[in-house]
Amino acid sequence: MTGNGNRTGAPASNGDGAGARTGNGEVQVRLAVEGLQVLRAPSRGRQAVDVVDEISFRVQPGEVLGLVGESGSGKTTMALALLGHVRRGLVIGDGKIIVDGQDILRLSPGELQHLRGRRIAYVPQDPSSALNPTLKVGTQLREVLDFYSSDQKVRDDRMAEMLTEVGLAAVPGILDSYPHQLSGGQQQRVGLAMAFACRPELIVLDEPTTGLDVTTQRRVLETIRDLCRSYQVAAVYISHDLAVVAEIADHVAVMYAGRVGEVGPAREVFTSPAHPYTRGLLRAIPSLTDAHVLVGLAGQPPRPGNRPPGCFFQPRCEFAIPDCEKGQPPLVEVSESGHGARCLRAVEVAGLGRAAGLREVRPASQDAAAPLLDVRNLSATYGPKTVLRDVNFAVPSRQCVAVVGMSGSGKTTLARCLVGLHPTWGGDVFFAGKPLARGIRRRSDDQLRRMQYVSQNPYQSLNPRRTVGQIVEQPLAHFERLPAGERYERVVAALTAAALRESFVDYYPDQLSGGERQRVAIARALILEPDLLVCDEITSALDVSVQASVVELLRGLQAERGLSMIFITHNLPLVRSVADQVVVLNEGVICEAGPVAEVLHSPKDPYTTQLLADVPKLDTPVGEA
Amino acid sequence: MASTAALEVLQTAGRKRASRREWLAVLNRAVRTPRGAIGLSIVGVVVLIAAIGPAFAPYPADAFVTRPFANPSLAFPLGGDVLGRDVLSRTLDGGWQLLLMAAVATLLGVAAGAAFGVTAAYFGGRWDGIIMRTVDIVLAFPQLVFALLLVSILGPKIWLIVLAVAISHAPQVARVTRAAALDICERDYVRAAQIIGMPARQVMRREVLPNLTSVLMVELGLRLTYSILVIAGLSFLGFGLQPPAPSWGYMINENRIGLVANPWGVLAPVLLIAALTIGMNTLTDAIARASLGVGRGADDALLPGITAAGAMT
Repeated sequence: MTGNGNRTGAPASNGDGAGARTGNGEVQVRLAVEGLQVLRAPSRGRQAVDVVDEISFRVQPGEVLGLVGESGSGKTTMALALLGHVRRGLVIGDGKIIVDGQDILRLSPGELQHLRGRRIAYVPQDPSSALNPTLKVGTQLREVLDFYSSDQKVRDDRMAEMLTEVGLAAVPGILDSYPHQLSGGQQQRVGLAMAFACRPELIVLDEPTTGLDVTTQRRVLETIRDLCRSYQVAAVYISHDLAVVAEIADHVAVMYAGRVGEVGPAREVFTSPAHPYTRGLLRAIPSLTDAHVLVGLAGQPPRPGNRPPGCFFQPRCEFAIPDCEKGQPPLVEVSESGHGARCLRAVEVAGLGRAAGLREVRPASQDAAAPLLDVRNLSATYGPKTVLRDVNFAVPSRQCVAVVGMSGSGKTTLARCLVGLHPTWGGDVFFAGKPLARGIRRRSDDQLRRMQYVSQNPYQSLNPRRTVGQIVEQPLAHFERLPAGERYERVVAALTAAALRESFVDYYPDQLSGGERQRVAIARALILEPDLLVCDEITSALDVSVQASVVELLRGLQAERGLSMIFITHNLPLVRSVADQVVVLNEGVICEAGPVAEVLHSPKDPYTTQLLADVPKLDTPVGEA
Repeated sequence: MASTAALEVLQTAGRKRASRREWLAVLNRAVRTPRGAIGLSIVGVVVLIAAIGPAFAPYPADAFVTRPFANPSLAFPLGGDVLGRDVLSRTLDGGWQLLLMAAVATLLGVAAGAAFGVTAAYFGGRWDGIIMRTVDIVLAFPQLVFALLLVSILGPKIWLIVLAVAISHAPQVARVTRAAALDICERDYVRAAQIIGMPARQVMRREVLPNLTSVLMVELGLRLTYSILVIAGLSFLGFGLQPPAPSWGYMINENRIGLVANPWGVLAPVLLIAALTIGMNTLTDAIARASLGVGRGADDALLPGITAAGAMT
C-alpha cells in the first residue's frame, strides 16, 4: 500500500550517511550485538546487578528481528541500549553494539548524538506522548529533515515522499494539524515518518502498535515491513505480543530475565519452540481457530538481583532436571537455520511442537431457561453523541457472553450502563426477571449484590492506601453486619476462590504483580457471591501467561459456582477460549451475535470478517499476510 | 502445578509487611534528605525558642529594666527596646502566640479547603461550579487585605485573626485539592465503591481523601509559611496581641525608630521570623520531593515541577 514506487533505487540515490558497506558477495550484517550487559549501578550499599546480560544477535539489512518478552524481561532496556542510551541508574557493563562495522559504544557522546536520528532511529511506544502537543506535525517533521539535507528543495521532496510512504499523503492538511487532531494510527505513522526520514540503517521499534486497533495495527505493521524492505533497513521490533511479532519478524529472540532464551527464524520458533519458556508463552496464547484451554505459567519472572541459581527459568519449568540448577545452560542449536535455545533439553522440547497436549474447552450446556439478564433496545448517549443504539441481547444463566468491538464501539459504555455507572440510557434491562433501574441509588440491595463488576486496569482498581483484606472486605462490610471473625473467613474464602493465599490479606496493592492485583479485584467481586460478573477488558493490561491463568480462573469459577459472565474485550482469539456466546459491536450497534464457534468460524457480517482478518495470527507465514 | 504453592511462598517471602501511615512514611523520607534535615532543624530551633523561651526569659516581658535602646551588655545581651524593656526577654516571650495562631489558622484553612475541594471534584457539575466560583471570589481579595478588612470591621480579636487567615487560605487549598482529587475520583476503586451503593461521604472519606495525603502535607507546610507571615504582618500593623504583651511582629514596629541605636530590637524578631519561614519552606520542599518518591517508579525528571511549590514564596 505504501512506498512501492520508491522500492528501487531509493537507498542508492542518497549519497550521505550510507556508511560502511561490506563487500557485495558476502552476507551483510547491519547490526551485531555481542555479549551486551547492562548493569544497575551500585549505590548506597546496593550491589551492581545485571539487568540484561550475555545478549548476542545479528540483524541483516532488510530484516526484522522480533525481540519478545514479558514485562520486566529487559526488552525496553535492550531497545534503549541499541541507541547507546541507558536509563538513569543503569550503566552498560560490557559488550559491543556494532552498526555497520562500527562499535557505537566506543563513540563519544557527540558522535553518538550525530548517529541518532540519522543512522539509528527509534520509534517509541506511545506516539501521543512522543510528539510535542504544542507543535504542528509539519514543524516536527521538518525538524528531523534538517539533518537530512541542507538543500530546501531536497527536504521538500523528501517530505512529500515520506508522507506517501507512511500513507499520510492523502490526509488533508496533515502538516498543519496538531498531534491531538490525529488518530492514534496517524500519530504512529508520523512517528514512523520521523524515524524513516533520514533513511537510517538501523531502526528500533519499541512496541509501536500497542494501543492501536487490530485494523490500524495491521496497516501500521504493513507499512513498517514495506519500509524496512524497500530501504534495506535492519529493524529490531520489540513487543510482548507474540502474534504481532509473528506477523512482522523474520527472526525472533525471546527474552527472559534479561537473557535471550531462544533465537531463530520466526516460523521455526513459533511452530517448534525449543525453550520451555517460549513454549509456555505460546501455549498461553488463545487461538481464533480452536478453543483450547489456556495454560498460564506458574510463578513470576525473577527480578534483577533476585535470580535463582542455574537456569533462570528452572524454578518455573516443567521440564527442569537437577542439572538445570548447576549453571547457566549454553545455547543449544536445534536446527541448521540458526534456531537455538539456552536449555539443556532444547532438542527434546523442540521435538514436542507447540500444540501437543492442549485440551479443548468444553462448551457450557445450552439450557433454554429464562435468561439471567435481558437487554432490550438499550441506547445510550454521551452528551450529544449516541454511543449505543438499540442493543438487544440476553445472557443465559451459567453462560459467558463476550462483547467484542474496537475502541469507540461502545462496549465499555455498555458495561457502565449495566452496572449503573452511566445512568443516561434508554430501553429496558431485566435482571433475573425484574427491571433494572438506571442509576445505582434506585437499584435494590439485592440487585446490587447479585451483579458485580471487574474493571480493566488492575493498577487503578485497588485503593493503594488499603490492604488487600480491607479491599476485599469492603462490599461485605457495606451490605452485612458480620462479626469480625466470620467476615475474615469470608475474605479468606474469596481470596482462595481467586487462587490467592491467606497471607495476601496484609499486603498493599503496590506489593502485588498485575496478575495478583486482578485476582484481588476478582475476589472483591466474588465475596458477595454474585450471579453475574461484568468483566471489562480485565486481561488487557496483563501479560499473556498471566492472562491465561486469570481466564482459566474465571472459567473454573463459572463451572463451579454457576456464574454468568459478560466478558468485554477487543481480543477476538481470547473470546474463543472464554465465551459461549459472542456479540460484535460496531459503532454502538450490534452487527452480529451468536454462538462463539459459529460467529468466529463463519462470520456473516463484513465488519466481523474484516476484524477476523486483521487479527495477528501466530501461524501466518511471514510476508503472506 | 503442584510446585506452584511452594514457589509462591518463595516469592512472597521477600515482601515486606509495612505498616502504612503514609504521612509518617513521607515525613520520614523527607527528613532523611539533607534538604529536609536542614529545614527541620531550622524550624525546630525557632519553635523551641518560642515554646520554652518564656520559661527562660530573665526579666518580665513588660518590665522597664533598662533605658530605651540601651546597647547590648552582659545583663541585657540584646540591649533595651523603645521603652527600656529587655529585648531578649521580649523575644523569648513573644513567639509562642504567633506560632500557635499560625498553626490553628493553617489547620482550619487546610481542612476547610480540602473539604470543599474534594466535594467539588467528586460531585462535579453544578456543585463544582458553585464551590469553585465562590472560591474565585474569595481569591480575588489579597490575603492580607482580606484579613485587615475583617479585623478592622470587627476589631482586633485573636480568634477573628485566626479565622480570617484560615478563610483566606481555604480557597487556595480548595483549588489544589480539587485538581488532585479530580484524578483520584476517576479511579476504578472509587467506582468499585460507588457500584455497591456506598454513600458519597463515605466514598470521599475512605477512598479519595487517603490518596491526597501527600498533596495535603505539602499544602499544610506551604500554608503554614503564609500564616506566619500574615499573622506577623498583622501584628506589625497593630492588629494582634495588644501592647504591652510582646509579639515578634509588633516588636519590629515599635523598635524600628531606634534601629541605629540598638538594631537588635528589630533584628532579633526579624531573624526568627525569616528563619522560621525559610526553614518551613525548605522542609515543605523536601516533603514534596519525598511524596513523589512514595509511588513506585517515580522519576527524578518529575521533580522540577513540584519544586515550584518551594519557589512560590
